[in-house]
Amino acid sequence: VSSPEIIAHVRGTSRFIDDLPEPEGLLHAAAVTSPVPHARLRAVGVTAALLADGVQDVLTAADIPGNNQIGGIIADEALLAADAVHFIGQPVALVVAETQHQARAAAREVRLDLEELPAIFDAREAATRGEIIGAERTIESGDVDAAWAECDVIVEGSAETAGQEHLYLETQAALALPEEGGRIKVFSSTQAPTAVQRTVAGVLGLPMNLVEVEVTRLGGAFGGKEDQATPWAVMAALAAHVLGRPVKLVLSRHDDMRLTGKRHPYTSEFKLGLTAEGTIVAYEVHLWQNAGAAADLSPAILERSLFHATGSYLVPNARIHAVSCRTNLVPFTAFRGFGAPQAMFVMEAAIDRAAEVTGIPRTEIQARNLLGEGDPFPYGMRVERSQARRSFDEVAELAGLEALRSEIARHNDGSPLVKRGVSAMPVCFGISFTNTTLNQAGALVHVFTDGSVAVSTGAIEMGQGVNAKIIAVAAATLGVEKDRIRVESTTTRTIANTSPTAASSGADLNGRATELACTAISNRLTAVAAEVLDIAPDRLALVDGVVTDGGSPTPLGWSELVRTAYTRRVNLSAHAHYATPRIWYDKESEQGEPFAYHVFGTAILEVTVDCLRGTYTVDRVRIAHDGGRSLNDAVDRGQLEGGLVQGLGWMTMEELVFSDGRNLSDTLSTYKIPDLPSTPEIEGHFLEDADNPKAVMHSKAIGEPPFMYGIGVYFALLDALRAFRPDRDGVYDAPLTPEKALMFLHGDR
Amino acid sequence: VVLVGEPEGDRIRYRAMTSCLMPVAAAAGCHVITVEGLNGRGIGPLQGPFIDEGASQCGYCTPGFMVSFAGHLLNCESWAVEPAFNSLAGNICRCTGYASIRRATATVLETLSRRVELDEPRFAALVREGMLPAALREASELTLELELGRATDGGLDDGPVAGGTDLYVQRPDDFSHVDVALFSPPRAAIRTDGGEIVLCGSATAEDMKRSTVLAEELGDMARPMDLMGSLPIRERATIAGNIVNASPIGDMTIMLMALGAELDLVGDGDRRTVALRRFYHGYKTMDFGAGEHVESIRFRRRPGLMFNFEKVSKRTYLDIASVNSAAALLVEDGIVIEAGLSAGGVAPVPLPLTETEALIVGRTPDAATAWAAAACAAGETTPIDDVRGSAEYKRLLLRQLILAHFQVLFGLDAELLAVPA
Repeated sequence: VSSPEIIAHVRGTSRFIDDLPEPEGLLHAAAVTSPVPHARLRAVGVTAALLADGVQDVLTAADIPGNNQIGGIIADEALLAADAVHFIGQPVALVVAETQHQARAAAREVRLDLEELPAIFDAREAATRGEIIGAERTIESGDVDAAWAECDVIVEGSAETAGQEHLYLETQAALALPEEGGRIKVFSSTQAPTAVQRTVAGVLGLPMNLVEVEVTRLGGAFGGKEDQATPWAVMAALAAHVLGRPVKLVLSRHDDMRLTGKRHPYTSEFKLGLTAEGTIVAYEVHLWQNAGAAADLSPAILERSLFHATGSYLVPNARIHAVSCRTNLVPFTAFRGFGAPQAMFVMEAAIDRAAEVTGIPRTEIQARNLLGEGDPFPYGMRVERSQARRSFDEVAELAGLEALRSEIARHNDGSPLVKRGVSAMPVCFGISFTNTTLNQAGALVHVFTDGSVAVSTGAIEMGQGVNAKIIAVAAATLGVEKDRIRVESTTTRTIANTSPTAASSGADLNGRATELACTAISNRLTAVAAEVLDIAPDRLALVDGVVTDGGSPTPLGWSELVRTAYTRRVNLSAHAHYATPRIWYDKESEQGEPFAYHVFGTAILEVTVDCLRGTYTVDRVRIAHDGGRSLNDAVDRGQLEGGLVQGLGWMTMEELVFSDGRNLSDTLSTYKIPDLPSTPEIEGHFLEDADNPKAVMHSKAIGEPPFMYGIGVYFALLDALRAFRPDRDGVYDAPLTPEKALMFLHGDR
Repeated sequence: VVLVGEPEGDRIRYRAMTSCLMPVAAAAGCHVITVEGLNGRGIGPLQGPFIDEGASQCGYCTPGFMVSFAGHLLNCESWAVEPAFNSLAGNICRCTGYASIRRATATVLETLSRRVELDEPRFAALVREGMLPAALREASELTLELELGRATDGGLDDGPVAGGTDLYVQRPDDFSHVDVALFSPPRAAIRTDGGEIVLCGSATAEDMKRSTVLAEELGDMARPMDLMGSLPIRERATIAGNIVNASPIGDMTIMLMALGAELDLVGDGDRRTVALRRFYHGYKTMDFGAGEHVESIRFRRRPGLMFNFEKVSKRTYLDIASVNSAAALLVEDGIVIEAGLSAGGVAPVPLPLTETEALIVGRTPDAATAWAAAACAAGETTPIDDVRGSAEYKRLLLRQLILAHFQVLFGLDAELLAVPA
C-alpha cells in the first residue's frame, strides 16, 4: 500500500476541510479584493453589503484587534489593506454571511474608494527604481574576472521563465471555531500550521496558546500553501473571533487562481566561458526575481536560486548575483523547487548557447562538467556521495543515447515536417531548509495498551506520502507491523513550533524525530522483555511484532510485551525532537554548508514537433534517479513521475499571462496543466546501492528534485525546432508554448 | 463526475457527467452513481490496482477518475487501454503525472479482458467480478421498475438551459442558484432526411462523435470530436448550445459552417431558416430573437465530400482553440468544384472564409493552390491579441492550418509545404 490515505481516497471517503460536518451556526466569509494594481485606499463603503441578504458583518482593517500583519520573513503585508493596495486581488474587506453564496454576492456590493497610483510590473524596472526586497546578494568563487582570459569560448545571453500556477485541486480553505475562554481553533489547509497559529495570534492579539491549528490533509499544495494558506485561515479566525460563531472560508477556483501567489517569474543575463573542448571555466549570472507586491517567501526562494545557479556542474569560477524585485503583481511564493528551477534553466540555456557556438553536442558539454566527489559548490560546500556521473551514465545507457541521437538525426533528414528532438537534464538539489533554524522537527508517539500505535509529527500529508513514510520509520524502529500504526492529524496542540512541510524535508525531519521517539519506547520495551525473558537486553530485538533473541523468535509478542510494560508502569509514550546536525551558513561571507546532502539524477527526454502546426508531443522520458533506500517505493515513484510532469507543464503549456497587473490566465479554461493524453511514457529507474547516511534509514528526500527534470523538455523541443530551422539561434523564454514554437518555425517567413 | 443512468427501453445507459455543470433536474428519473456508490465492503478489484500503484496522491481528483473509469467499464466496446484513457481524460490530476493511473487502469482492464466477454450483460458481469457492488445493480434495476419519467420542457421562454457546460463555467454565481427550464433530450439525434443530414439541436457532441450517419458522410468523426472537451462535457454539450453561445471558436460551429449548414429556428409558433454563415453579426450577437431556439441543423449531402477539421490549442485535448478551421471540399476530375472553409479565433465571429473558398474553386488541389489559399485566408481575418495567442500568431497559425487541410485531404508532398513557395 503506497499510503494509508489512499484507501479512503479511492473510496471517496477522505475528508478535506469543505467535507467536514458543518458546525451549528456556521457562517461563511468572502474577501473583497482590490480591482487595481496600485492605489491609495481612501474609504471602504460597506453600507450596501451590510444590507444584503444574510450578511452578518463586513470586516475591514479597523476591526482587527491585534496587529494587521501577515508577513513571515519581512513584516510588509497587511491582512486587510488599510490605506493602500499594491496588487490586483489584495484583500481589503471580509464579508461574513449565513451562506457562501450570500457572502460572495455581498462582497460585490462593497465599494472601494481608490485613487490609482502608477504601478510597476517588470522586475528589472523595479530594480532600477530601487524597489527591491532585502539586498542584492552575490555568491562568488574562484576568480571570475581573471578566468575569462583562460576561456576559448565565451557565450552570453538572456533567459526568462514565466510563473506557474500551483493548481492544487483543493482550493485554499479554512474553518475557524471560537471555543471557550477566548480560545480559537482553526482547521486550515496549510503546509505551515505554526505559521498560521503565530499569525492568527498576532492578528487577534492573543497568545499562541489560545490558538490551535489542525490539519488532516491537503488536497495538494506544492508550496502554494506554505505561506499563502495563512491569510485565508487568519480571515476565518478573525471573523469567528469578532462574531463569536464558526466561520468557513473556501476560495472558489477562480478566486484561488486570481488571488493567490504563484511560482516567481525570473529574468536573467548569463555569461559562460569554456575551453575549446567544452570544459566550463567561468560563469557569471544575474537573476532578477519578480517577487510581486510583498516579500512572502521571496528572500528564501532567492537564496535557493543562488545555491542552484550552477546546476549539476562544476564551475570553478562563478559569480552569481540575485535580487528580489518588488512589483505590483500578486506576491509570488513557494512552488516545488523554490527558486532552483528558475536558476537551473539559465545554466541550461547557457550550455545550450555554448553548444550552438562550439558545435559540441549539448549532452557532451553536460557530461563533461558533471559534479564529482569533493567538487566545491560556489557557496563553499563540497560534494559528498555524488551520483551525478552515475545517474547520467545509467540513463544514457538506458536510453542508448548515442544510438538515439543518430536515429533522430536520420529521422529528421527524411522528414520535412515532423522533427524529433532529445535532451538530457541532470539535476543536483540540496536538501535542508536554507534557513538553518527551520531544520528541526518533533514527534510524539503513543503506544496504547492494545498494542496499537499513534504517531503525531509536524508533517503535513498533502499527497506526497509523508504519512506512509512515517509509518515505515515507526514500524521499522518499533519492530511492529505497519497496520498497527496510525499517523494522527497534525495539530499545534500536539507538536509545537513546527517548520512548514516543505523543502522536500518533511519525511527527513519528521521521520528522524519519529525514529528518535520510537527508539526511546523500544529501548524501554526491550528492557521489559529482558526482565520477562531473563535474557540480556542487547541480545533482544523486536521484529514484526515478535521479540527475537539473537535473531530467533521468542514466545513474547508485541501485544503481551506492551501489556506487561503497562502493568509495570513503564512509560509507553515518547516525544522527541530532531535538529539536522552540522549545517550552517554565513550570509556575510556567502559561504557555508547549508545542506545535509544533495540529491542527484538525470533525465533523457524525447519529443516530436509537428512543424506544420507548431504542436508537439513529449514522447518519452527516462530517468535515473538517486532515491537512496526508499521508505516506500510507490510513493517515491509517484513523486518522481508527478514532479516531472509538473516540470513539463511549466516548460510547455502552462502559460501565466499578466496584462497591466491583471492575470488573464486565471481560469481552468485559460490556464492549462498537463492532462492524461499529454503526458509521456515515463521510465523511472532508481539507482541501486545509493545509501544515504544523512537521512532517516538511508532514504533521500524526493519531493522537489524530479520537478527539474522537466526543464529538459525545453531543450529537447529546441533541438527539434532547430532541425527544421538550423539557421535560427535558440531562444530561452519558457514556457515554449505552441505559439512560440510556430513563431520560431515560421514567424519570419 | 457522476454517472447519470438514463432508462432507455429495458436497460439503463450510464453517461459520465460533470455534476457541477448540470442542473439537478437533468438527472430527474435517472440513476445517479457517485464514487461512494462504487464501494463494496473492503477493497474490490476496481480499487485494488489504484491502491497498489499509488494512483492517488492527495486524493482530491480521485473520485472523478474512479467514477469515470466505472462509466467506461459499463460502456466500453473493448478492453483496450487507449479508449479507457480517453474516457478518463476529462479528469485533471496535479499530483501523479498520470503514470500510476495508466498502470492501474491497464491492470483492471487486463483482468476484465480475461474474465468478461464483451457481449455478455455488462453490469451483471462487473458485479460478478466484484468490480461493482451488487447493491448498485439492485438500485439500477429499481430505477427501471419505478419509471420515474424525465423532467419535461418547463416553458422555454423561462431561461432554458441546453447542456449548460459553458454557462455554468462562465457564470456560476449567476446561474448555480437559479431555476432553469430544460430542453427535451433528442430523439433520432442525427439522421438523414433525403438529400440532407439533420442534426437535432439538443444532440450532444458525443452524439456527433458516435454518429454513423456523419461518419458515412464525413469520415471518422472520433478524431475531430475528441479535440473538443472531454467525455463528460461532450455527453452534455449540445450542438445548438455551441452555435448560440456564439463563441468565435466553437468547434462544432466551425465544422458545421464549412459544411454549409442551415439552422431551423423555432419560437412563438414561428419557424424560419437561416444559414449558419449568416447567423452571426458581431461578437456574441446573432440573428436570434428572444424566445427562439435552434430546433435543428441541416446540411446537404454531397457524395465524395472531403472533410477535415484542424484545431491548435495550448493543450491538445480539453482546451479551447487558439485557431480552428474546417474544410469541406468537393473535387471532380482533379478540380475543386465546391469549397466550404471556415475558421475560428481569427475574427469576432466564427468566420466563413469566403474569399479563400472562391480562390480554391476551379483549381487543382496542389501545393501552389494550398499556399495561395493559406495566404488568402490569413489575409481575410482580423484576429486580436488575447490569452489564446497574439494576433500575429493566429494569422500565421491559420495559414498553417489551411496548408494542413490540403496535406490531410490530398496527401501533398510534405517537402512542398515546409517552406513557402
